[in-house]
Amino acid sequence: MSAPASVVIAGASAAGLSTAETLRRQGFDGRITLIGEEEHPPYDRPPLSKEILSGSWPDERVWLRDDAALTALDLDLRLGVRAESLDTGAKVVRLSDASLVSYDELVVATGVRPRRLPGTGAVAGVHVLRTLADATALRAALAGSPRLVIVGAGFLGAEVASVARRAGTDVTLVSDIEAPLSDVLGSELGELLIGVHRDHGVRLVTGARVEEVLVSGGRAHGVRLAGGRTVEADAVLVSIGSVPNVEWLAGSGVEVGNGVLCDQYCQAGPGVWAAGDVASWHHPGLGERIRIEHRTNAAEQGMAVARNILAGEHRAPFSPVPYIWSDQYDLKIQIHGLPRGADTFAVTGGSLADRKLVALYGKDARVRAAVGINMIRPLRAARAFVATPTPWEAATAVKEGVTP
Amino acid sequence: MHVTIDEDKCCGAGQCVLAAPDVFDQREDDGIVVLLDADPPQEQYAAVRDAAAVCPAAAIGVRE
Repeated sequence: MSAPASVVIAGASAAGLSTAETLRRQGFDGRITLIGEEEHPPYDRPPLSKEILSGSWPDERVWLRDDAALTALDLDLRLGVRAESLDTGAKVVRLSDASLVSYDELVVATGVRPRRLPGTGAVAGVHVLRTLADATALRAALAGSPRLVIVGAGFLGAEVASVARRAGTDVTLVSDIEAPLSDVLGSELGELLIGVHRDHGVRLVTGARVEEVLVSGGRAHGVRLAGGRTVEADAVLVSIGSVPNVEWLAGSGVEVGNGVLCDQYCQAGPGVWAAGDVASWHHPGLGERIRIEHRTNAAEQGMAVARNILAGEHRAPFSPVPYIWSDQYDLKIQIHGLPRGADTFAVTGGSLADRKLVALYGKDARVRAAVGINMIRPLRAARAFVATPTPWEAATAVKEGVTP
Repeated sequence: MHVTIDEDKCCGAGQCVLAAPDVFDQREDDGIVVLLDADPPQEQYAAVRDAAAVCPAAAIGVRE
């Protein structure tokens, strides 16, 4: 296979940028078209629910690269336009400004968008948090010391609760799961997080489904839960997960479902690849099809796709140890691997009571994930049990072994 | 090659230490990156470029 002459990357966030940079680092000197729906240069999203929301960083600190670094990449950079449709036969992407861009290789990195509660898209006082504009809008709302109700206690909801409490906001966190992040981290760490959020003054309503946002005069004033109970609020953050941006691929022949369906090389079909939040791929190490909506994976998958595009027959399966982190109050939660779906759990360093620990998660008698709270180096040691899925008995027998 | 780090941006992921353990380390208490070698030898270049690319906080600068 000869090297492609042009690569089009739909999506100019972490995964798209990483793809472009890796192509150049590998010596690719053809055309790279990078298409971004937002007007901003590529920027980083994790700080949006942390430093940007709290106002501790100026907004410009989220730019992933400065102008000089972007210029050096020699990109055909199209910002403020969206990829709208794909013709895989003609190998052409149609953009929202009606222009057509041809490609030899296409990378789909169009990410995800927030899932919304039906009918709340245009209601004042209802927020989602995905973009820089979302973050600055929510920050402005918090400046007025509102009562905030957060719907959904995943990473985003829990992080915003933490930032909002520190800003003195009255926060109610409503969740259909039993505890913050309990669907990912299980009931033990879920209980720990209930304690942490309560200690910081968050009202938690768990195991409760939100039926509707209460609206009066076009403005939200709270939510009504299943069963009839209402929670009054001045602002509502809806953080109930995301939806992959795949609709533009309809009719293209690219297979989509929960994301763009790729093989273990992150390839979705001839000349079509996917990276980042939107990519669902077969992880050969886990033996499962997964899709990861986290920052580190976006960069790693972008790198992997770029290398595979240039590797021809020598392409390599993408088999990372996923890494996720979350900052809540003074807790740094770090996750290696995928704890969701584990059937065993053990604290192997520190303790739940101290809120400082390393925990292992196992499935089918092997370690599947290692989670640390404020134990950075010991967790890095425990990661080895995930990188090479270690028999559960062996990994948990040496409880001191994870503490250097 | 000259390497710089931005401690304020660092989120303590430790991905750089995994990629280039001879060039990066982490502080014991908070996991913030420690630069072991700001001017690494040539055999480290590829690993350092990977570390910078994969850093989830874009906290590593590389000048070549």
